[in-house]
Amino acid sequence: MRGATGSANAGAARATPGDVAALLDGSDEGIVLCDAGGVVLLANAAAVRMAPEIVPGGPVPSELCPAGSDTVTYGGRVIRVRTEAVGDHRALYLSEVPSLPRRTEFLLEAARRLFASLHPRRCARAAVDLGAEFLCDVAVVVLPPATNRRVEWVRAAAGRPAPEEGVLPLATALQVPGLNDALAGLTHGSGGRQDAGAVPDWLLPDGFGPAGDLLVFPLPGNSVPAGAMALVRRADRPPFDEEALAMARDLASRAGAALSAAMLFREQSAINTILIDGLLPPDLPEVEGMRLGGRLRSSQQAGAVGGDFYDVYLPETGAGHGIESGIVERPPLIILGDVCGKGARAAVLAGQVRQSLRALLLLESRPVRLLQLLNRSLLASPAPNSYVTLILAALREAPGEHVLVDLAVAGHPAPLVLRGDGTVEEVPARGSLLGALKKTVLRPVTVDLAPGEVCLLYSDGITEAFGGPTGREMFGEERLKDALATCRGMPVDALVERLEQISSEWLAGGQQDDRALLAVRAGGQEPATGTTTGATTGATMVWAETTG
Amino acid sequence: MTGVESAVERYLKLIGEADEYGAIDLVVGLIDEGVPAEDVLLRVVAAGQRRVGELWAANDWSVAREHGATAVSERAVAAIAGRVRPTPTRGRVTVACADGEYHALPTRMLAEVLRLRGWRVDFLGASVPGPHLITHLHQTGPDVVALGCMIATRLPRAHATIAACRAVGVPVLAGGAAFGPDGRFARLLGADAWAPTADAAADRLAAGLPSFAAGSDGEVHLGDEEYGYLTRHRADVLARVLDLLRESYAPMGGYSERQLEHTAEDLGHIADFLAAALYVHDTSLFTDFVTWTCEVLTARKVPAASVVLGLRLFRDVLADCPRARALLAEGIEAATAARPSGDSPARVT
Repeated sequence: MRGATGSANAGAARATPGDVAALLDGSDEGIVLCDAGGVVLLANAAAVRMAPEIVPGGPVPSELCPAGSDTVTYGGRVIRVRTEAVGDHRALYLSEVPSLPRRTEFLLEAARRLFASLHPRRCARAAVDLGAEFLCDVAVVVLPPATNRRVEWVRAAAGRPAPEEGVLPLATALQVPGLNDALAGLTHGSGGRQDAGAVPDWLLPDGFGPAGDLLVFPLPGNSVPAGAMALVRRADRPPFDEEALAMARDLASRAGAALSAAMLFREQSAINTILIDGLLPPDLPEVEGMRLGGRLRSSQQAGAVGGDFYDVYLPETGAGHGIESGIVERPPLIILGDVCGKGARAAVLAGQVRQSLRALLLLESRPVRLLQLLNRSLLASPAPNSYVTLILAALREAPGEHVLVDLAVAGHPAPLVLRGDGTVEEVPARGSLLGALKKTVLRPVTVDLAPGEVCLLYSDGITEAFGGPTGREMFGEERLKDALATCRGMPVDALVERLEQISSEWLAGGQQDDRALLAVRAGGQEPATGTTTGATTGATMVWAETTG
Repeated sequence: MTGVESAVERYLKLIGEADEYGAIDLVVGLIDEGVPAEDVLLRVVAAGQRRVGELWAANDWSVAREHGATAVSERAVAAIAGRVRPTPTRGRVTVACADGEYHALPTRMLAEVLRLRGWRVDFLGASVPGPHLITHLHQTGPDVVALGCMIATRLPRAHATIAACRAVGVPVLAGGAAFGPDGRFARLLGADAWAPTADAAADRLAAGLPSFAAGSDGEVHLGDEEYGYLTRHRADVLARVLDLLRESYAPMGGYSERQLEHTAEDLGHIADFLAAALYVHDTSLFTDFVTWTCEVLTARKVPAASVVLGLRLFRDVLADCPRARALLAEGIEAATAARPSGDSPARVT
């Protein structure tokens, strides 16, 4: 330190104690000098501003005396304290750590919340929540009018827990001054400020009292407005200042961008839902004399469709049925198949196969002939790589609650049959895949299921799943047969669920293919399993199965 | 014995015989007699299913019988839902099982209880992958997600799902045995609320949950290097444990391919529970699993000593993982304590 009060430079003017005090008071850093006992000898203006309790002759507040240098919280301020020895005394240097400016905090929260959801109502809720938290007492978003001349609104009030929502006739909503223009995307010279005295009752929650200041902004969207926003302050609060106005405009433009993105997503996912509706697996119907159970898992993480599919075709019923209608009589029929490829493209082809069969079934019922016709139709398809493997099974009721399953297998893994004694057989039906060659070779087989016996159709996504304890092994047909053998006596729903679960556990979270399972069990009533005993956990094993 | 209690006995008998129509007639009959549907769900169906779990653990019921009973209960729940259709008066809730969680029935029952209490409910079913759930949230905009998780090994994936839901501004209520008897893992993984039972969950949701709860509640410490090592090298660790087991347990020489595979699977469970315990930094998660496994094995006349052996081998293989070794030591102690029991402690008569 140079040139202090005790300068050796005789003859030069000396700084007076008043100069020193002024010098210290001019510092932004709080400076406190105290003696060894912690009694304040001197404190500058900045120190007194940060801690008004500091007075010369009094003690230094203990919170401001950390062992070394530290950041402490004192009187709601965050203060960094540096301690230095000055001769026999101690100096404390205090600097306030600024809290985030309100505007910055607002921008951070707006970024976090507004774009979190792609759902328009949730977006609107985030916008009004932000408004009520940072800007005003009541914030309301009015979404664009629907075709029925009604509007949805979402409202948040400061200090109230959750936003409220409602629907209003457009005419009622438009009683809010400036709302008509705002919904049309227009603002006038007023910069958004409207006559607070003209606020209609619906805009404010019950018991709010008179409005003092009102702002109404359009929410700018993708060339069409995404709605409008109204911000209200109570009469007993100061009106919106320039800073608040700037924040309000900022909130409106960000909320508009988020809302319009959400509306676009809603529109597209609505179209998507309609398009994939026919590609999803059907709900399995009740079929007289038997039970069906199915499971389909798509390899796609976010989508629900893929190249595996199954379907059920019940016999035609109702008017026009009979010889003269030209529609053939047939038993219920099930299919399970796998088209080349994955994802949406595969799902479209799978949907075409299902629809083609539905049409063909009006005229033909013999499984082999149906597959030949389907093959011709696939060969004629303009889409490249229209290859399909498929099992087609006609389900005929037979005396004694038996079911006869007429199976035609085209290039697909052969079905498995779970017999009453717990043995598992592979059905010897074979055939070439569809959509590749003009000539198809098909060797159909009929399986006789006694009551309680099960015929299982599955896709190669089940058997070709890689995983297991080593993570590199294929699940394989043998393991599937073993797993099926443990399902004796289970209801058919439980059976397919258990097989899917075993296969998922084998994958252990690894890359999965599309997987499909469809099982038919003979007999209308589920079997009584009460007598089956636990042969599934072999007592010779050291490690019995440990999860239920 | 009250009517409901005697109904549980009858219900258990019916589902034990996979008598679907009998079970449905029973529950629908109770509703027609004036028993509230929520009571039928929680005090008959859920109570019956708890007994099923105990009977399986005690080896009185086979896996097939347990699955059959559960499938019938699924249908009974659907029948109850079809019988009572309240008008929605509350908000919308999405109910789902954590990714990899296949025990869907308790979560399904929560969905039905919420429906009965006037919520609009979307039930997404067993093992819902995170991206499916988040897509659903964007499409439907629910007020809250109720996430069910029964097996603690799914906790790391449940954690990712909870974080993803909260990031899109939808609060999460967690429930199910995996979150701990006091819900401590629910809080640890960042869930906004936890409830021990379906009716408690409905009460909790009625009080409301904030959309964007406090942003960063400070970084929670989850998982660590050892957790990362064990999950990345799971297959190698298991292979080494199996090799050691083959050396130290002579009868394994005579095992069939399938028996070896089952052994590997069971060792895999130990690895997975160990990883989960490392993830949430909780010893009792692992020791509870060990104790329970010993009970289940003892009921099947398999000595608990085999568990002790397996845990020792894991400890040998994981030489560079002090935290895992400490957990295994605790596990060995728990298994040793469980050893002397000649009869199954879990046996239900």
